[in-house]
Amino acid sequence: MSHKHEAAAVGGPILTRTFIACLAVFALSIAVLAWRFVVGLGPTTGMNDGYPWGIWIAFDVVTGTALACGGFSVAILCYAFNEGKYHPLIRPAVLTSALGYSLAGASVIVDLGRYWNVWKIPLIWNWNRNSVLLEVAVCIMTYVVVLWIELSPAFVEVWEKQEKYPLLCRAARRVHGWLNRYLVAILALGILLPTMHQSSLGSLMLVMTSKLHKLWHTPLLPFLFLATAVLMGYAAVIFESALADEVFDRPRETKILASMSSVMVGVLFVFLGARVIDLALRGRLGLVARLDFYSGMFLLEMALFLAAAILLLSRKRRDNPGVELISAILMMLGGSLYRFDTFLVGFLPGPGWSYFPTIPEMTVTIGFVAFEVLAYLFIVKTFPILHTGVPSHALGMAAAKPSD
Amino acid sequence: MSPTRRSVLKGIASAAALAATGSPEAFAGPLPKKTSPSDAVGLLYDATRCIGCQACVVKCKEANGMPPDTGTPRGAMYDAPDDLNSKTKNIIKLYKGEDGRTSFMKAQCMHCVDPACASVCMISALYKGPRGIVAYDPGKCVGCRYCQTACPFNVPKYEWNTAFPKIVKCEMCRHLVEKGGIPACAAACPREAVIFGGLETLRADAKGRLAGEPKRYFPKVYGETDGGGTQVLYLSAAGIPFEKLGLPDLGNESGPALSENLSHAVYQGFIAPIALYAVLGFAVYRSWRSQGLGKGGEE
Repeated sequence: MSHKHEAAAVGGPILTRTFIACLAVFALSIAVLAWRFVVGLGPTTGMNDGYPWGIWIAFDVVTGTALACGGFSVAILCYAFNEGKYHPLIRPAVLTSALGYSLAGASVIVDLGRYWNVWKIPLIWNWNRNSVLLEVAVCIMTYVVVLWIELSPAFVEVWEKQEKYPLLCRAARRVHGWLNRYLVAILALGILLPTMHQSSLGSLMLVMTSKLHKLWHTPLLPFLFLATAVLMGYAAVIFESALADEVFDRPRETKILASMSSVMVGVLFVFLGARVIDLALRGRLGLVARLDFYSGMFLLEMALFLAAAILLLSRKRRDNPGVELISAILMMLGGSLYRFDTFLVGFLPGPGWSYFPTIPEMTVTIGFVAFEVLAYLFIVKTFPILHTGVPSHALGMAAAKPSD
Repeated sequence: MSPTRRSVLKGIASAAALAATGSPEAFAGPLPKKTSPSDAVGLLYDATRCIGCQACVVKCKEANGMPPDTGTPRGAMYDAPDDLNSKTKNIIKLYKGEDGRTSFMKAQCMHCVDPACASVCMISALYKGPRGIVAYDPGKCVGCRYCQTACPFNVPKYEWNTAFPKIVKCEMCRHLVEKGGIPACAAACPREAVIFGGLETLRADAKGRLAGEPKRYFPKVYGETDGGGTQVLYLSAAGIPFEKLGLPDLGNESGPALSENLSHAVYQGFIAPIALYAVLGFAVYRSWRSQGLGKGGEE
């Protein structure tokens, strides 16, 4: 254990007020879901034959998995580009990814009308290889498993010390041995799979040549979705790290995060440039000039990303944790809006159709987020996820501010 | 830090190049344009002959065992659906223009030559069946409703008010056609406003009517090439363009032509993902080593 950055369980009581509040919200969403499984989607959601996809897809899956791309974004830097300094960020990022993706998977099951047929999807002889959704489904199913394996060292490190339970102890040691040997293959998969399905989430809308607003329909959809996944992943890492440092009273990781932000500036400008040049080349900039509701939404997306890019442009501002957090929030909002617009706002099934999520529908989404929060709290308190910035750092020392 | 940024940007640039070459123009055709089988069947609806009697609506429900839709009108005395829905696979609507001109309009599945619903369906619960009929197999359907979002005509409907729903759409009475019969709507029509037949015959028939009475018709057969072509063809009265009847202007390309060409280009033989995996595997292994991981029980 000679590595510079050690991860340690935060400890402290599990049943805090936040935890219990989240548990209550989650319980409420389970009650709503019970109702949904009895009466069907019609009475419980705002979805209809014009808008067959609502927030359970557009938010929980399409936006939620992008916000859960921290594990992907940091893994690219840390492993693919061999920047070991990002290593302390890996575990917390992979934890939020694992939780976010698992709950996106749960949302899909809840949303599927004929969920009892789901077991037929992995059967290879059933596959329609033209279906983008098949690729997304298989990729996400696999990636959920990959994420939990990526995170599993954090669990086995604790379990292998449980001398009281020799069976658990021995099993954990054996698994740890396997992980040391084979985790490389899993980590590479952990970069490949999100590259595939995050771009394919954009490809889902390619087929809708007549139903997706021309400001959002472009052959660049897969690229734009991949770019927003990377951006939102980074932003979520910064956001979550700031939050964890605040809540658990830990030293800020500003230095590592600042150098990550400089990479993001590049991605931001590539995204903004691709979006504008694509519209210009295909003669669609006039749609922006119309200044109607849709151009307003488009401009808002662009403004959020542009503001984030400008904030991060100077080295001095990047090193300021406040500015960094604000730019991360701007990126999360911009990316979320872009994805939401592509799946709901810009989706135009024709006159006479409208959609707005119902309260039960929103309750389920909020309940799932609440579960994510409580699972996060439980896991970081019990398992070594967050790194200890200063070796002697003791929890509760509010004055501890130097970053490693 | 700067090598990181440079290498990240390089990666993004190559991804962009990949996506950029995926423009529909650049992919005029690694995949051949889809055509219907030579024995394909279809319907021809001539709006100028339809009198709006709704016999086809009634007989469609009868032939397909569909329940009445009494939800809309007061008193619930009529089977009066207001659109295609989970109880209605075929419907007659009325168009009334500002100039007072009217036309009836029959709506049902268009049985596309290259159907978006079948292209997007994960395990082919919707599929292009014998004679080009777009058929549904509930045994494979997971209820994801991608068919609904993908269909440019908003045809597939979903049973929203049940715990065990199905997708509902016109299957051109394939249970009758298989036994040599014809779809109920065509059988019921007293004016031959909708006729059933071989696709090629119907196309020729439609063009013949246009040529024979050019003043009677809007000068186009809808469905000949629209959205890659449909097996249900439409004729409209002079002065009433098809968009007024609710048939969208789709151009000549099907939706799947773009999405399938793009994804097949990227995923051709699964070579790109495997190559990327190999590169990533090497990169991760290298950093794994150089960062001193995988040793001493460290992650």
